[in-house]
Amino acid sequence: MVDFALSDTDLDILSGIAEEAKASEKYARHYDAHEDEILPKAFVEAAAFPSLLERMRRRPSDDTPSVIMQMLIRIEREAHNGVPLRQAPSALGNAALGAAGTPAQQKRWGHLMLAMSITEPGAGSDTKAIQTTAVLDGDEWVLNGDKIFVTNGVRCHGTIVWATVSKAAGRGGIKSFLVLKGTPGFELVRKEKKLGIRSSDTAAYAFRDCRIPRDHLIGGDERVPQSADEGSASYKGVLKTFNITRPTVAAGGIGKALGAFRYARDRLAKEGIAVDWDKGPHDRTSTEQTLLELEADIEAATLTVLRAAWLAARGEPNNLEASVAKAKGGELCRSGPQRAMELLGAMSLSHDHPVEQFLRDGRITDIYEGTGQIQRLVIARAILGYSSAELS
Amino acid sequence: MISFDVTDEQSQIRDMLLAFAKNELAPRARQADETCTAPAELLDEAWFLGLASLAIPEAYGGGGAPRSALTGALMLEAMGSGCAGLGGTAAASSLFVNPLIDLGSAEQKKRELPKFCGNARRAATLALHEDSFAFDPSRIVTRAEPRADGWRITGVKRLVPLGEEAEDMLVLARASDAPGIDGIKAFIVPPRAPGVAITRESGTIGLTPMRFARVELAGVSLPPDAILGEGDGADIRPLLASLRIGGAALAVGLARAVTDFAIPYARERVAFGEPIAKKQSIAFMLADMHIECDAMRWLVSKAATAFDRGADVSKMAVLAQNYVNRRAIRIADDGLQIFGGHGYIRDLPLEMWLRNARMLTIHGALAAA
Repeated sequence: MVDFALSDTDLDILSGIAEEAKASEKYARHYDAHEDEILPKAFVEAAAFPSLLERMRRRPSDDTPSVIMQMLIRIEREAHNGVPLRQAPSALGNAALGAAGTPAQQKRWGHLMLAMSITEPGAGSDTKAIQTTAVLDGDEWVLNGDKIFVTNGVRCHGTIVWATVSKAAGRGGIKSFLVLKGTPGFELVRKEKKLGIRSSDTAAYAFRDCRIPRDHLIGGDERVPQSADEGSASYKGVLKTFNITRPTVAAGGIGKALGAFRYARDRLAKEGIAVDWDKGPHDRTSTEQTLLELEADIEAATLTVLRAAWLAARGEPNNLEASVAKAKGGELCRSGPQRAMELLGAMSLSHDHPVEQFLRDGRITDIYEGTGQIQRLVIARAILGYSSAELS
Repeated sequence: MISFDVTDEQSQIRDMLLAFAKNELAPRARQADETCTAPAELLDEAWFLGLASLAIPEAYGGGGAPRSALTGALMLEAMGSGCAGLGGTAAASSLFVNPLIDLGSAEQKKRELPKFCGNARRAATLALHEDSFAFDPSRIVTRAEPRADGWRITGVKRLVPLGEEAEDMLVLARASDAPGIDGIKAFIVPPRAPGVAITRESGTIGLTPMRFARVELAGVSLPPDAILGEGDGADIRPLLASLRIGGAALAVGLARAVTDFAIPYARERVAFGEPIAKKQSIAFMLADMHIECDAMRWLVSKAATAFDRGADVSKMAVLAQNYVNRRAIRIADDGLQIFGGHGYIRDLPLEMWLRNARMLTIHGALAAA
């Protein structure tokens, strides 16, 4: 039966998440203003709250699929202007290792925090244009190239790096390699300075004749496909992880919009401005109308995320729906906080209030894990039956 | 527990109506639009599908299915994908039947509902709009005055679907000085009662088979229990919510039809040496149309499930209606744009869909989910 209501257990979990996020709000401005600092592994406040795993353990198996709950948890957490009280032990590279690594590789490196190095100064969404090379020399791969926008690149133990073993093979020549911190020739060039999400570190890397053992090739498949369309297993493995990460990222942007909306709604209510659900559009002020439309947009975007997660939970293909969710979340992360600020007026510009930070922190959602434009390409190809070569 | 799973029964009903929409409604849409008429045999066929009586309790001769706005929304979306004008006409009796099931007193249900359970098709409607700009339900001026022997109702209702054909009618009127919606109640008004004058409207931009009419109520005398519900009458908020969800569901179906029609055309139509679908300006329009069809559908579903649970009814319905109103009209309009000049010519359905979408996203009392 179609249902969008949560069980009492899940409502309780979400209110626990909200409490925990609220306890971290006092740190948000500090890490926004001190971008050079890295978050501690855990803040003292963390001890007062159960881990996510502990929270989820109480859930009966016949309740809302846990993937959906993870989306709702992400939204609730990001709707507070805080920082993580505990740092996640894993990063995007771990997801790639899980999707494409051999069992032996997963066993060997799974406990490490692994970042993901894909983007280069000259290649973002167009990943087949990457220039970083990997050349097999005896029993070692030699890596050369530059990587940027590496999330968790400062605090990670190592990274998975996309490099091409054969430029002629196009996308099929791209393989992924594991490089540990401290490997000679692997340099952390700098920590990026950003518009927002400053408590999340973003690194730039350089690889100069960086030699790594032959078995650091993720998946272990050294063959080079002859056709550019074929794609390598590791490349496809990473794309597959997008089916969960895209809705998750979208949930983050929705959370920022929700936080900004709640703040605007609650502060305006104190000024006597609130939506009366009985009134028609002609009896509403434009401020009330904007509040209403913003809430409708948040509901709609949230539902696309839940839909993508629902399909994932059932093991059904959700490539299209994951991009729909990401497109909606990306759009909302921009228009949501923007409208919330317009609703509140000039005081929303001040650091006294969290809305301007919601805008800055949320804005990344329409960029990373594929821009809104890339999502629309993915969606258009899917509904039109075009390959990436036919529609680019 | 969050779930997107429709029940087996809902899935069967939806599939049946999708087939009906594709095979029966869509092929007749253009002629129905031009002649402002729904073919009688088509309405008979729809009647035999049992749409009107599905959720009427078995005790009154109905199908006895659980009353569900979600089922209603699925049905309306399916029919809207074939032709919103014909679908709205076929489903018009829901405007009377569903509020009776939801809000009627036991006596009213017993009296009114069996009429819709026989083999003879019966048209019914609901009169919401009035002759003023910036109208909304809280501004209704049609007045129902309590009298010793019942009610006396006076006012002019506009844009009433199937006004001339309807054998039963609900009229929304101000029944007390309670402010806003609290003072508005629904009344069961026999369209042939003395003092009721019904005339066709001059015409409407779309949904022409619904043959909108003007209903003048000149001091119409009604019995005491003409007020829908027990005692002083039922709160009409759930009724308004059901109308909002119903119109939105039809609009989602229409938007899906536009999108599904535009996709193959964009692949076939060649300009500057390649299909226009290979140009990002067109491909991205189609992507956005698809995105919003999805988002609208789930929001309507959420509002419908809220209705079925009786929680947050007004709010969720307003949110869904607002969202769909903004997006569906855009989709119909973009669909026409993709076809260029061909979209403007009446050989293709695009211009009709735009006109129908404009009705669906403004009228607000076309179908009850």
